[in-house]
Order: sequence, then structure tokens, then C-alpha cells
Amino acid sequence: MPGKLKVKIVAGRHLPVMDRASDLTDAFVEVKFGNTTFKTDVYLKSLNPQWNSEWFKFEVDDEDLQDEPLQITVLDHDTYSANDAIGKVYIDIDPLLYSEAATVISGWFPIYDTIHGIRGEINVVVKVDLFNDLNRFRQSSCGVKFFCTTSIPKCYRAVIIHGFVEELVVNEDPEYQWIDRIRTPRASNEARQRLISLMSGELQRKIGLKVLEMRGNAVVGYLQCFDLEGESGLVVRAIGTACTLDKLSSPAAFLPACNSPSKEMKEIPFNEDPNPNTHSSGPSTPLKNQTYSFSPSKSYSRQSSSSDTDLSLTPKTAPYPQGPRIYLCPSSPSLSCGSLHLKKSCLLLSESSLTPHHSSLVSPVLRKSVSFSEELFLAASGMGSGSAGKEGGPFKALLRQQTQSALEQREFPFFTLTAFPPGFLVHVGGVVSARSVKLLDRIHNPDEPETRDAWWAEIRQEIKSHAKALGCHAVVGYSESTSICEEVCILSASGTAAVLNPRFLQDGTVEGCLEQRLEENLSTRCGFCHIPYDELNMPFPAHLTYCYNCRKQKVPDVLFTTIDLPTDATVIGKGCLIQARLCRLKKKAQAEANATAISNLLPFMEYEVHTQLMNKLKLKGMNALFGLRIQITVGENMLMGLASATGVYLAALPTPGGIQIAGKTPNDGSYEQHISHMQKKINDTIAKNKELYEINPPEISEEIIGSPIPEPRQRSRLLRSQSESSDEVTELDLSHGKKDAFVLEIDDTDAMEDVHSLLTDVPPPSGFYSCNTEIMPGINNWTSEIQMFTSVRVIRLSSLNLTNQALNKNFNDLCENLLKSLYFKLRSMIPCCLCHVNFTVSLPEDELIQVTVTAVAITFDKNQALQTTKTPVEKSLQRASTDNEELLQFPLELCSDSLPSHPFPPVKEHLESASSNSGIPAAQRATSVDYSSFADRCSSWIELIKLKAQTIRRGSIKTTVTVEKASPVGDGNFRNRSAPPCANSTVGVVKMTPLSFIPGAKITKYLGIINMFFIRETTSLREEGGVSGFLHAFIAEVFAMVRAHVAALGGNAVVSYIMKQCVFMENPNKNQAQCLINVSGDAVVFVRESDLEVVSSQQPTTNCQSSCTEGEVTT
Amino acid sequence: MTSELDIFVGNTTLIDEDVYRLWLDGYSVTDAVALRVRSGILEQTGATAAVLQSDTMDHYRTFHMLERLLHAPPKLLHQLIFQIPPSRQALLIERYYAFDEAFVREVLGKKLSKGTKKDLDDISTKTGITLKSCRRQFDNFKRVFKVVEEMRGSLVDNIQQHFLLSDRLARDYAAIVFFANNRFETGKKKLQYLSFGDFAFCAELMIQNWTLGAVGEAPIDLDSQMDDMDMDLDKEFLQDLKELKVLVADKDLLDLHKSLVCTALRGKLGVFSEMEANFKNLSRGLVNVAAKLTHNKDVRDLFVDLVEKFVEPCRSDHWPLSDVRFFLNQYSASVHSLDGFRHQALWDRYMGTLRGCLLRLYHD
Repeated sequence: MPGKLKVKIVAGRHLPVMDRASDLTDAFVEVKFGNTTFKTDVYLKSLNPQWNSEWFKFEVDDEDLQDEPLQITVLDHDTYSANDAIGKVYIDIDPLLYSEAATVISGWFPIYDTIHGIRGEINVVVKVDLFNDLNRFRQSSCGVKFFCTTSIPKCYRAVIIHGFVEELVVNEDPEYQWIDRIRTPRASNEARQRLISLMSGELQRKIGLKVLEMRGNAVVGYLQCFDLEGESGLVVRAIGTACTLDKLSSPAAFLPACNSPSKEMKEIPFNEDPNPNTHSSGPSTPLKNQTYSFSPSKSYSRQSSSSDTDLSLTPKTAPYPQGPRIYLCPSSPSLSCGSLHLKKSCLLLSESSLTPHHSSLVSPVLRKSVSFSEELFLAASGMGSGSAGKEGGPFKALLRQQTQSALEQREFPFFTLTAFPPGFLVHVGGVVSARSVKLLDRIHNPDEPETRDAWWAEIRQEIKSHAKALGCHAVVGYSESTSICEEVCILSASGTAAVLNPRFLQDGTVEGCLEQRLEENLSTRCGFCHIPYDELNMPFPAHLTYCYNCRKQKVPDVLFTTIDLPTDATVIGKGCLIQARLCRLKKKAQAEANATAISNLLPFMEYEVHTQLMNKLKLKGMNALFGLRIQITVGENMLMGLASATGVYLAALPTPGGIQIAGKTPNDGSYEQHISHMQKKINDTIAKNKELYEINPPEISEEIIGSPIPEPRQRSRLLRSQSESSDEVTELDLSHGKKDAFVLEIDDTDAMEDVHSLLTDVPPPSGFYSCNTEIMPGINNWTSEIQMFTSVRVIRLSSLNLTNQALNKNFNDLCENLLKSLYFKLRSMIPCCLCHVNFTVSLPEDELIQVTVTAVAITFDKNQALQTTKTPVEKSLQRASTDNEELLQFPLELCSDSLPSHPFPPVKEHLESASSNSGIPAAQRATSVDYSSFADRCSSWIELIKLKAQTIRRGSIKTTVTVEKASPVGDGNFRNRSAPPCANSTVGVVKMTPLSFIPGAKITKYLGIINMFFIRETTSLREEGGVSGFLHAFIAEVFAMVRAHVAALGGNAVVSYIMKQCVFMENPNKNQAQCLINVSGDAVVFVRESDLEVVSSQQPTTNCQSSCTEGEVTT
Repeated sequence: MTSELDIFVGNTTLIDEDVYRLWLDGYSVTDAVALRVRSGILEQTGATAAVLQSDTMDHYRTFHMLERLLHAPPKLLHQLIFQIPPSRQALLIERYYAFDEAFVREVLGKKLSKGTKKDLDDISTKTGITLKSCRRQFDNFKRVFKVVEEMRGSLVDNIQQHFLLSDRLARDYAAIVFFANNRFETGKKKLQYLSFGDFAFCAELMIQNWTLGAVGEAPIDLDSQMDDMDMDLDKEFLQDLKELKVLVADKDLLDLHKSLVCTALRGKLGVFSEMEANFKNLSRGLVNVAAKLTHNKDVRDLFVDLVEKFVEPCRSDHWPLSDVRFFLNQYSASVHSLDGFRHQALWDRYMGTLRGCLLRLYHD
């Protein structure tokens, strides 16, 4: 019932000539929504028709509003024969469905045809009137905001972060239906486009419902993907993080009174939920008034903490179909054990990809136990609790237990966010990942996609247990992906195990937390790097040292994470893009044999990828990886692995040792010489890299090192009795002795190849930096020029030389040449940095490798860098105060699920589980649990791998007061003051960036999510300039359509832009090609810093808020 | 390992000015890469030849896609596919419509038809400009011609409006269109010494004074002048020019005219005696040119006639340019003192323009 969609067709321009005789076109427009169609009059003989139609009105359910796209078809009228379609425009009206985003969609849209591409433009105006819906069982979720951005959007404040939401819908792929044999390619493509548009609408609505159930009002880090499973169907799946967001509309936004700006209510008068506040934005219930009645009178902090009362109303409103929840300690050995068996039995290999580590120290015996630990700890429970004791007093420990139990109560304590406010992450445990190989079968009942759900549930369960093994109760920077070839599918998930700040989870006053957090922030800034697991029961052997910053806690020697570098981490020098690339040949096989072959190869791939990453990291003289993304792609006859990450030198971690090369046959003289030559080369490279990336860690005198607080030291000694690498590490580590060095044994050609590939990576030309994180560590004086680009390369391998080495070399060259080309192309922007470099590999055919790169080049000011590093302290202090103000309003309401939603019975249960966690040292329990049962099972493939020595890498985050690495926009705020204002002030320019911010500008409004799917096909490939010409034009058209939609929403930029899919197929013999592209991002309005300066206050501390206000007024 | 596909698409379309120039000059990708290598770019940037090849291909592809839009520059401004900053758009257009002096001299005044297009091979060989570039330039001329041909109003304004060219370039195109429309002969050997600039200058003067547009320049009666155009010479005016013939046909008038000029210039002219001796010839030449302009054929030969009848005689007598100026000024001004002559306005319209042209044409 509750919506009226109004559409007006204004005019067209640049239409193609449809009538050869007159060189003109008789165009008219069909406007379709759901099953209703309207038509405009025919505008005779014009390429620039002016229809100026009436308002076409559709009265529709809001469910349909969310699911259906508005479909506009431009046709050429033909009296005697069928009307010819010129092209179509699909408009997603979702942005009109929530109050804070766009109110009208109006502008020129490219008319798109899947065969001819863009053919002219059409001017359309779309509006929506939403009515009230009091139906508590409603199926729509209008009003839930979606963000692709994987951090809290810039002009919002997170009141509560609820946690993981996921959903998937499946359907048959129209391309594989029988009807496809008789219809035209155009009809088939359009059916596909429309279906996917419909499915993503439905998916979004379903996710929205889940969010409403969780009492959130937004999804952040929303990632939607398509799996084109061919014959077996089409899967659209999405994950995200449910949040309750509050708009920072004015400096007083912290007061509850400001949370319901009347302005927004006016925009959509019938919208019941104009208030972005937690309480009002939940699903409307008859009891809602009650909620209102007491909350506004309270102070803000009370309000958010009162959520349990609020939430206790839920059982009366609607049943909670939240999926299975484990209220018993979910990680109890028997339980996870069971799930593992289940998984194994259904033909897949699940592989824990905790980062392996080379160490010359580890004895063979130890190695074995190390490798076991990976699988073993899948079943380990409550490891993290052990470290709680070290954190501080018993009170802290208790808080921690609460957090943990709260998190454990939810099915998946995952967060798709990659950037967090300082203080949110307590510890980072390391990268956790899981893969499984599946055989696709036809989805029999699309309404119940159980198999696909179950597959993902397994993977997530595994991730969860990995995190637990690392003593962490949550996974951050979480993402999922698939790779499909014929009927084999690899599902992958990865994230970073983490311990979140227990204070956020406290039920009590947030105010209390504020002060405590301030203190904590100052005292334990490097806490992120500290290990979260118990030293006594380390899940793997690692080199632990005392933190180089605080000297109190233990840190690992190397950290791997999937998240962005925390804004306040202390980094020495600059970072750089590090990639590991790998190919493995595989025999062509069918079905199960194929899946088995792939399963067998995966562990080797993972291992080698990690070894490569580690080698390259050492070669760069760095000690931590951020934004790690490992992609394994499956093809007919090969597997490809590509890992990208940004290496940095974290000040809190020890200096990495060098790489030492050891020969196998030490007697051979010339061989020796060769080895020493290589060694020299490697040493030189390390030294050169250190210089290049400005890595000059301060020399630390023995005195400081030698004076750790006695108490923890003593304890560490005790603990070390089990740990192989413990003997006086603290002292020895700093001596940079050989002991610490990384040994590469050259015993076969593979190893030679490794060494060679290490040395073939060329650093970017001077003036260039590159990273795959949001911002480059060590650069913070961005200027406003940005250039987003997509580059695609496909190479054909000659089938003659298909050996692993040749493949590796080809793949390596492909990536390196691509990077070189990018540097060359963008040379006019020097000095600049390629940020968010995102490589994707696919194997479209037997001998084809396709690499797609999307990234943004941002210029920076070389001179300013010096100044800013000199005066960081005062600025950071100022910043700290702003940050804190904002951040303190950031409670992660983890308890909300467990406690309030089950007010009556579960309390006891909850208490029980909490006490079981806190009372008994769960870690110890875990170690004693079925070691052997896993050992047997695991040993088989572990033997295969022949792990030389492996440790799990932990990622970790650290913060310090000294260096400012603040939120990018904030940085821009202050830094770009003196920078020349951007010359680019043209109307109609839409910027696109994969980053969540725009340098030198302030995002003032989020207009909604852009999620578009296009198919382009040609039967005249040669005429369109071959494959390159075809794809070049198509990608340019996709950009154009994204920009047009953003502009129509009233925006001037897309942030967090991502090209999620670019499937390219060609058949040159038939002169045909087809390409599918899926892109998404957040449409925003931004205001230049320079424009803001006039109004913004002089004080940097208030700048942020005042500019926000300004933005509100102007937009 | 062969590269099947290799593309780069920026949100803002990257334009490399150097590559654009090479593309406009009609070089193939291979030649362009070779030229770029020779420019030393590899050493400057540390790039490899493969990178350069890929980069060049990419730019060429972009330019190829842009070319369609460049054919109607307003489209380039309104299109949505390529996001290009306005300054870059202007550069793309301006460069695309720029032409080579050598080329334009070859086709100036020729009919912009298929026939001429077939001769481009020869022009290409003769000028050393690639055939591709010749075609582009020729097509540009033709395109501009076609668009403004039927348009009313100022020629320069029309060109500027429809092709978004700079003022300078729009004027040049106005000249090219004007010459093509009136088919002025410019290719004769005698005229080889003249540059395009010389002709463009004359064209501008003629457009300003001798066309229908020039007449309607005053208050514009919107519908009264149906064929108010800058491209065609004012037929009535050409017809009237016959009246000037009396200046040389009437012997008294001619003598009087001569004596007036001689009196005024005596002592001021280095070549006075030559002038005095040649006066009647020169005057006859100039007036006869005017009188003949009723025939299309003679209109076409205007510049040949001017050079034959005036420039060459003076040059053979080594008149300095300043003397030519003195002479022409006095020559046109003196007519006002001829009581028997009643076509003063006509004379001024004719001679004012002609004087400007002759001064421009008079050089080595």
C-alpha cells in the first residue's frame, strides 16, 4: 500500500538516427514499474525530443519499491512494423526511500542498449511519496540506509554497532533457460540485467529487515556479490555490518534533541521514521510511543544505554527469526568438532590459512606440533580469556568476559568494517581465513537456498573458530568471495581476528567510559599490537618481544591484517604495496576429481603465497601488512593466487631480520660464490628499500630495553618454558643477530625461482607510492587532485611452455608490467600515490589470464610533508580531543542481542555462559581437549604441505600520541588550508574514488548506495576496435552511467567505489564478445575545503562540526 | 605470452598532448611509438618500449572514440561518456580543428568535394603531411562548410557557436569557407608567394564589406533579408561596380584623377616618376577588376588579377611598401574631389577593402 512513485519524462537528446530515410527518429518512452506501464506521446522527427510528459503515477507496495527498478525504455515509433527499441534506463529508487538521502532523482541519464551501448540521453524526474506503514509484519525495510564504505561514514556517528548481517537469494540464470535459445541476445541480456536488479533489490530489502530486527538503522560495509554459477543458477549474496547511525548535523548533534531535525521530517511528511535515532528507527510497533515517552528526557548517553529496556519490548512485536543461535558456549569442543566433520564429509577442503612463518630455529618436532595447532585450535575455546588477566584489574577482566560472552552469543561476531575509531580495537589477533571447494549443483528450490546458506555458514563457523584460537572474540575487516570454473566453486572468507574494547560493551553509563577511555587511550596506545592470546598457550610458536613502545606487553615480530592501518598507529617511514603472485597447473578433470585436485592444491598455494609475502615484506625491511587480500582463482587447468597488502614498519614491533640464503651443497665452490652473490644482492635491496621508504627506526639504547617492569618479565619467563622461541629473546632480538634472520634455503629450482622473483619486483619510479589501503602510511598531506581508473589486461599463454615456472613468470610479468604502465600513464601527477590498488584475477578461458585493477591516484604535496611531521604533537592533541568527543559516542552494543532480546528465560543462561567463560580458565580447558582427534585428521594434509616451519601471523594495531595519522578528511581539513584551492570547479563533474573520502573536501551528505549491473554484447567485435576497443568503450560507459545516476541524485562524487565483477568473454572467430560488469559505491555530496573556509571557524577543533553544519545548509 | 587486451580507463579521461599531436599528424601507432622513443621519453621516465606501446595504443583508442564527438564539438561538451575538464575539451577541439599552413594553401578556394578529396594523395606527397592528417583537415573544412553554409548571421559567430573554436581559428575557418564558397583561385604560380594569412586577411575584409551581411550590418531587419549571409558576395554591389568604369573610360576624369594624385604625392614618393608613368595602367587595372566582378569566372580570378594588374607592376618598379600605401590612400581619396563622379559610396566600399587587400598582398 504505502507508496506513490511519480515519474516525469522531460526530454531526450543526442538520440541515434533510427529512420535512415529522414535521418531522424520518432521517439517515445515507456515507463514501467512492476507490472504497470505508461507511455509518452510520440515526438515526431527529432533527435532531441521534448516530451514534457505528465506525471506518471504508480501506486505500489513499499516492498516493490525496494525490489523493483524503475524501467524506462526509449523506442522509435514505426507505423508499419514493430517499434524499435533505442535503449533503456534502469533507475534504482532506493535512495528515495530514506529520509536523509535524496528527495528527488532528476537529470540526464544515458540511454543504454546492451548491443549498441549508450545511445543518447534522456531527462527524467522521479519522486516518491511514502505513506505510513504500521504493519508490524511488514516485509519491507524502507528507511534502512546502506553504505559501501567500510568505516563509519564521515558525517555520521555510530550509536551502536550491532554486527554482522548476511543474506543471499538465488534464481535461475536467464541465459541458461530454454527460452534463451529462441530469443535475441538483446532480450536475453535485458532479462538478465532486470533479474539481477530485482534480486539485489530483494536482497537489500531482506538485509534491511534483519537490520530492523536488530534495531539498527543502517548497514555499513555493505558488500554485494554475484555468483554466476552457470547452469546451476545465479546467486546474489551480501554481507554487511548493521549499525545505528546518527547524523552529525550540527555541533550539538550529541544532544538527543537534535536527532530528529524537523527539516527532514518535512521532506517526507508521511515517513514515520524520520528520526535516525536508535529508538525511533526500529520497526514501528504499537508500543513505540512508550519508547518515545521516556527516552527523550534522558541525556544522550543514558539513552543509548537504555537500549536494553527498549529492546525488551521486542518479543511482543514480532517473532525473531534470527537463525540458529548458540547459547551454550558455541566453541565447546564437541560442537565445533561436529561441524568440522560435517564439513569434511561433504567433499571440500577447508583450509585455515593462518600465515605461515619461516624460522630457522624451529626443530622438526616442534614444526609438527605447530602445524597441528592450526586445525587443533579450530576447536579450542576461550583462548582469549587468558589474556584478559594481563590487561589490568579484575574489573577489566570481568568486562572482557562480558564482551566476549555477548559476542559469542551471536552467531557470527563479524564486522565488515576495515577502519575503526581509535580505541575500538583492543588487540588484533591476525588474519583468519577459510576456503572450501564445492561442487555446484542445480538449485532446486530458489526460495529456499539452503545449500548455499549452509556452505557459507560452515565457512563462517570456521572463521569464528580460527578467531577463537587466536584468543579473539570478534573478526573485523571481514569479507567473502567466490571463484567459479565450470561446476567447481571455491568459497573464501577472510578477516582479522580481534579483541574489541570491552568498555563499549558495558551496560552502564557511557559517560563513565568516556573518562576511562581517555585515560586508557593515553596510556595504552600501542595496545593494538599486543598479543591477544595467552602466552602460556600460544596457538603457535612465535617470536615474542616486549612492545617497542610501552615495553610492558608482548608483541609478535610480524603482523598480518585485513584491515586498514589504524589512524593513530605509529608508523616509521612510508608503506608500499606488496604482492605475492602464484600459479599452479592442474590437470583438467571433471566434477569430484576436479574438486579433489583443487582441494589438494590449495594448501600449497596458501603456503607459498604466505612465504612470498613474508619474503617480500622482509625485503622491504617492514614488519606488518595491512589490507591483506588473498585471491585464489580457479581455471580449467590452473589455479592462480594473488595476494595484495600494504607493508609498513610499525614502531611497536621489532625490527625485521634480514633474509639469509643457504645453499644445499656447501662444498661446491662456484655454487658458494653464486649464493654469496645472491646474498649480497638481497642485502643491498633491503638497504635500498629502507632508504626508499624512509625506514629509520630510532636506535633504542640497551638501558631502556633492559628495564622492563620486573613483574611481567618474570611471568614471561615462566611462560616461555613451552615456547620455543623464547630464550632471552628480548635481549637477542635487538642485536639483529643471525638468529633472527630469515633463511631461504636454495635446494631446488623452486627456491631459486622464489629468490629471483623477490629481486625482479621493481620499486615504483621516484615520486610514486602505492598501497592497497585507504591511505598511504606516512603521507598525510594530500592535495585535491584525484584520478580513479580501471585497467584491464588479458594475456594469452602459449600452450607450449606451460610449466609452473613459466606460468609464474608470465603472471608476474603481467602484474609488474601493468603496474609499470600505470606509473607511466599517471606520471603527470607526480608526486602521487596509488591508493586502494585492487587487483582481481580471473581465468576466462584455458590459456587466458585476465587482470583487472582499480585504484585511485592522489597527488600530495611533497613540501608540506616536512612541516606536518614537525608539528604533530599539538595537532594531534587537538585532534585527539575532537576525535574523542566523537568517538566516545560509539558504544558497541554487543549486549543488546543477548540480554534484552530474551528478557525472560535467557538471562540465566547468559549468566551461566558468562560465568563459565570467566570462571574457568577456558584456555586451559581448550588445550586439553581432543588434541589427538584432530591431530590424526589434520596430519595427512599437513604432511603433504611439509611445512618447514609455520607460525600464525597476527595483525595488530597500535596507537600512540606522538604521530598523527588521523582520519583523512580531518587531515585534509587542516593541511589543505594552505594548499592552493583546486582549479576544478566545473559544474557537473562527478568524482569517483574507491576511498571513503575525498581529499581536500568534506562529505556533507550521503545520497544512497549505487549498485549497478550491466551487460554489453557485440556481434561486430572487429568494427568496434577489437576486444580492447569494445571493453574500453564499455568501461567508459559504465563510468558515465554511474556518474549520471549520482548527478541525478544531486551528488557530485562516488566514494567507496568498487568494480566487483568484470566478466569478459570473447569469441573472435564469430566476431563476438560479451562483458558483464557490476559496480557499487556511495553517492555523496561533498564541499571543497576551500569553499568551507569562509564559514568554518578558526579553531581546528570545531572545524569539523561547523563545516558539517554548513554542508547541511547548502545542500 | 601475448597481450590480448590492454586498456586503461580513467574517470577523468587522460589526454597526453604529445600523443594527441602525433595522432592528429596521422602517424600510425608504430610510427608514433618510434617518434616518442626518439624524444627520449624512455630515459626520462625509465619506462620500457612495451609500456610506451601500450600507452600509445590506449591514447589512440581514446582519440578514436573522441573523434566522433569532435565532429560536433557541442556534443563533446554535453556528452556523458568522457569526463574531461573544460580546458582540456577546448584544447582537444582547438587542436583537432587546427590545420597545416601548407595544406590549406593547397585546397584554399577549391571546391570541397569528393573530387578534391581524391587529390589529397598528391597533396600529401607534395606537402609531406600524412594522408590521414590531410583527410582530417579536409573533412574539417568540409564539415564546417556544410554546417554554416545555409546559416544566416555572422559567419565567424556561426562557426564559433557550432564548433566552439577560438576567435582566431574561427576567423581562419570563415576565410576558408568564404574562399571555398567563392572559389577564389589561389593555386596559380603567381600566387604562390602568398600565405594563407594574406588570403585570410583579405577574406575578412571582403566579408566585412562586400557581402550581404555587411549591408545588413546596421539595424538588423530580421526577416527582410532572407539571404543575409556572409558567404556570398553582394550581387547588387558587384553589379554596381560597373559604374566605376567611368573613372577610366572617361578620359577627362582619368586625367583629372591622375593630376590630383600626382599633385598630392609629388616629392613624397620615392618612385614618383614610375608612379606617374604607370598611373593610367594601374588605375585601369584596378577599375577593370571591379567592373569585371559580375562574372563568376572573374570573381574567381580576383587575386590573380590583382597580382597581375597591380602587385607585379609595382614590384617590378621596386615600389617600397610605404609608397604603395601613400599611393593607394591618395588614389582612393582623390576620387572624392572628382566632381563628375557620383558613386563615391560605391567607390569607398570597393576601394576601402581593395586597398587593405593590396597592401597585404604587396610583399615578396
